[in-house]
Amino acid sequence: MKKNAVSKNKLYTLAALLVIIVLLAFLQANSAQYSYQISILERSAIYAVVAVSMNLLTGFTGLFSLGQAGFMAIGAYTVAILTIPVDSRASVYYVNGISPAIANLHCPYWLALIIAGILAAALAALIGIPVLRLKSDYLAIATLGFSEIIRAVIAAPQLDRITNGSYGLKSIPGFPNLFIAFGLPALCILLMVLLINSSYGRAFKALREDEVAAQAMGLNLFRYKELAFIISSFFTGVGGGLLAIFMRSIDSKTFSINLTYDILLIVVLGGIGSITGSVIGSFLVTAGREWLRFFDNPLVIGGFVVPLFRSGFRMVIFSILLMMVVLFYRRGIMGSNEFSWEGLGRLIRSIPSRIKRKSKAQKHPAGIPLCPESMDDSKKGDNA
Amino acid sequence: MSNIAKTPINVLHMQDITMQFGGVVAVNGLTLDVNQGEIVALIGPNGAGKTTAFNCVTGIYEPTFGQVDFMGETILSNTPKGKMKKTYLGEVSPRPIPIISSTPDVITKKGIARTFQNIRLFGQLTVFDNVLIAKHMRAKQNVFSATLRLNRKEEERMRAETTALLEEQNLLHLKDEIATSLPYGLQRRLEIARALATEPKFLLLDEPAAGMNPQETQELTDFIKQIRDSYHLTVFMIEHHMDLVMQISDRIYVLDFGKLIAHGTPEDIQNNERVIEAYLGVSDDAED
Repeated sequence: MKKNAVSKNKLYTLAALLVIIVLLAFLQANSAQYSYQISILERSAIYAVVAVSMNLLTGFTGLFSLGQAGFMAIGAYTVAILTIPVDSRASVYYVNGISPAIANLHCPYWLALIIAGILAAALAALIGIPVLRLKSDYLAIATLGFSEIIRAVIAAPQLDRITNGSYGLKSIPGFPNLFIAFGLPALCILLMVLLINSSYGRAFKALREDEVAAQAMGLNLFRYKELAFIISSFFTGVGGGLLAIFMRSIDSKTFSINLTYDILLIVVLGGIGSITGSVIGSFLVTAGREWLRFFDNPLVIGGFVVPLFRSGFRMVIFSILLMMVVLFYRRGIMGSNEFSWEGLGRLIRSIPSRIKRKSKAQKHPAGIPLCPESMDDSKKGDNA
Repeated sequence: MSNIAKTPINVLHMQDITMQFGGVVAVNGLTLDVNQGEIVALIGPNGAGKTTAFNCVTGIYEPTFGQVDFMGETILSNTPKGKMKKTYLGEVSPRPIPIISSTPDVITKKGIARTFQNIRLFGQLTVFDNVLIAKHMRAKQNVFSATLRLNRKEEERMRAETTALLEEQNLLHLKDEIATSLPYGLQRRLEIARALATEPKFLLLDEPAAGMNPQETQELTDFIKQIRDSYHLTVFMIEHHMDLVMQISDRIYVLDFGKLIAHGTPEDIQNNERVIEAYLGVSDDAED
């Protein structure tokens, strides 16, 4: 019977994959019509890679790092420099000219992505030696500093002939088709999932749970922290490279600290320690931002101009929504659970009873619900 | 006890181990030996420095001064640094000793396993994973082979060994439980099982019977003897339950305020005046 359940799940997964592929084929065929939706989905997929790589570090190894934007910048610039067609380089570097060292450096995008990851990982290895001796908040501040240094170095006038300074890099060739645009992020996430479910993933989790006990189990603290940091940075670098291919033009401002916060937001919203959560979170956050554009346009109802509806208002709404999520779902959407077909089935089956409970609660509006609610709150606090 | 009668093999030798935290000398010139197949207990009142001594052996602390040998190999040896040099070097050892320090993971690989006074399980992981993690350090895989699942055989072997160990420890039926959801006594058992999974030659138990009732303590007594025999272990433990200590220890060391005050068989210790003083206090001391 158990075997039956496993094969059933496989069938579901296969069906889901098929649906996604058909959907992609449909979007590919009508890409001109749905270009806006496609761009949102692509950005979400790329953010998902970076969010999962951050989760690998924060949620699974227990290292709180805020250096994502820096490593993404390295990945993005590497890919940009390596993939901009040699013919169009003169027009890209028209202000400062191009350094002869990179003038004829060109390689296919997949190789550029791997090189981007390796460069980001190499830098992480170097930074990790001093920084990983720090704990929790101190580690976050140190990596944040490094990320800003990377951004400042990229924008520095001394590197104008390589990074094109404040003009940024343009005419990066985009993804050849949608299957690659979504396949590459999926491959990255798959590799990270495999890693997390391997013996090394268990070692990372042990480190997160208790460093002293992990050492007593024969795990070298520094080696495993460094390993997690390097792997996470590799995929962050690849994510940055994918972002460069997606955006087709980048500059150093793209990789400001705000980018790290976006990713952090996705990780927290999705649930620290849940890969599915990070993926869902990245689609929700990226899409949510766009849906809320409705609030940016002035709204007129019967001649009355509704106040507050103006450019930038959607960010206010977005922030309020986030606060609500953090207050009421303190552990994120998924907590530390992962997606499973059984879990989905349970969720669907529980919906009717949930609705019933809600309507019951509405029948007793005052007094009674107050007590259990406050108890519930204190419980959530313990979990967090 | 016949196995320790003739030419005992030295498993652990601590020489002049001193651990100083600022002005506090937690362990002061501790010298002791543990031989193969023995069960040796380290006892003493609260704050005597027992756990600190354990932490010096397992590499969690770097002792201020002293040397630790395991199976004839020096695993820790510290020349005092800075100010400490004047304090210790002239008095205790006339010749400088080379600095050898091993991190806890290296010491574990050499075959020393331990449990902790305040249980340190991997709380949010399952019982099975808790034990399986201990198998990681002896595996030959690397990150790539593990990620790409090229190490199937090894992974299966690790899982089979873990299952076997859990079965021996009667924990197999709990393998999918989250570690912190187990009752206290079982958490202790799991911690010992996890320590055994590192394939040790020498097991350090830090208050294994803490918080146990007399019946559980009795079961633990038999359990320690049984694992000593079936895994060919040498056991060194800190314990406050005197029944347990007196029943199973071959030898006992007594610490008080960081100093060794007595050493001998359970009978010797029970009748030793200094030990009774240390535990019960003398009226003169009490007035001070």
